[in-house]
Amino acid sequence: MTPKARKIGSVLLTLLFWLGVWLWLARAVGQELLVPEPGAVFRRLLELAGTAEFWQITFTSIGRVLLGIVAAGTLGVLLAVLTTSSRLLDTLLSPLMTVVKSTPVASFVILALIWIERDILPVFIAALMVLPVVWANVSAGIRETDKQLLELARVYKMPRARVLRRIYVPSVLPHFRAACRTALGFGWKAGIAAEVLTVPRSSIGRMIFESKLYLQTTDLFAWTLAVILLSVLIEKILMRLVARIGAQTPGGVRNA
Amino acid sequence: MLEVQGLTVAFGGHTVLRGVDFTLPRGARAALMGPSGSGKTTFLRVLAGLQKPDSGTVRVPAQKIACVFQEPRLLPWLTAAQNVNVVLSDCEETLPQAAAWLERFGLGGAAAQYPAELSGGMQQRVALARAMAYGADLLLLDEPFKAMDDALRRSVMQTVADAAGDAAVLLVTHSAEEAEALGCTVYQYENGTFL
Repeated sequence: MTPKARKIGSVLLTLLFWLGVWLWLARAVGQELLVPEPGAVFRRLLELAGTAEFWQITFTSIGRVLLGIVAAGTLGVLLAVLTTSSRLLDTLLSPLMTVVKSTPVASFVILALIWIERDILPVFIAALMVLPVVWANVSAGIRETDKQLLELARVYKMPRARVLRRIYVPSVLPHFRAACRTALGFGWKAGIAAEVLTVPRSSIGRMIFESKLYLQTTDLFAWTLAVILLSVLIEKILMRLVARIGAQTPGGVRNA
Repeated sequence: MLEVQGLTVAFGGHTVLRGVDFTLPRGARAALMGPSGSGKTTFLRVLAGLQKPDSGTVRVPAQKIACVFQEPRLLPWLTAAQNVNVVLSDCEETLPQAAAWLERFGLGGAAAQYPAELSGGMQQRVALARAMAYGADLLLLDEPFKAMDDALRRSVMQTVADAAGDAAVLLVTHSAEEAEALGCTVYQYENGTFL
């Protein structure tokens, strides 16, 4: 058996094990209202996926969360550049980032609801969760850039753009990639949680909230399953994109 | 002319260089010799502008300074040729020029290899090729041949001696043979200065 086949086999067996646990639990409880069976949930998910509304809702939610993640990613990189070049800015911003990291999502959602329209609030919340992660990782990457290579650049009077392209970017890229991996999960979960709390129009969060409200547990599970599957899918796609950026950056792949 | 007067450098209360006076005429070659930890590398770092002196004056009129450090300091994500090219234009056009310099140092077959794929001696030769390719007026060489075996060292020393051309050379070494091969006047370290 090839290593790849063994890995796939191991993943499938793990999945089957947990599906078995779920099925056993559902049968032990014996009430669909509390724990629906996996078969019923998958059938409901397939039914939902066959409707245009499901895709419209799904893409709207994905769009909101991705917008937040991309905005926070960009801002995080910019802030990291600023705070690593100015001690004052770092001193000012560090506590703020710690506060953002430690504050529960729900507190931010309730607070932000006062100022921000509910339709765009998930964008803001996803961004808020992603920002400290990207900022911290990219800052670490900049700080950990090999000082000896920077000295080399100084002696050979390399232009700033070249130092950025040839030294800083390849040094920071692995940190940025790690940040993306962590931030995607954070952003996605926080964005959906914000949707559940604010119930904006056309959103997965609203569907989860309404399923709970009307005691449609199978729907609740189906939408939750959709969120999990989408999370995995988005992570895979975005990480491939980031890896492609790495490959296009000189030596990015070597640094991976 | 490179001119240093009354140069003093101390680290944490320990004076490494004490009132060093030193001159190196344009195109001259000098070797600094002395025990480890005597401040030879610090002296080169001051000349390269990487270390601020505590006192004294340093006049380095050279427009272009190339430095070969004790470590090769190669960018791990660039090939050997790209590592040389990075001090040239860093464009595709000068890549053949970088490869030619590698060829001169016996690394023609290693141009497309990454530093991790090269031995310590090969990495040091890439660093030397990079310094020579830069076309500097002043070459600062800090024990640049130490990772090489005797036969290779002699051939590389000869290449450096030829390639340096009119550039002034300041070599830090423990080997009189290296100083001689590069045609350097030897300065010995004594009591915090070079005599």
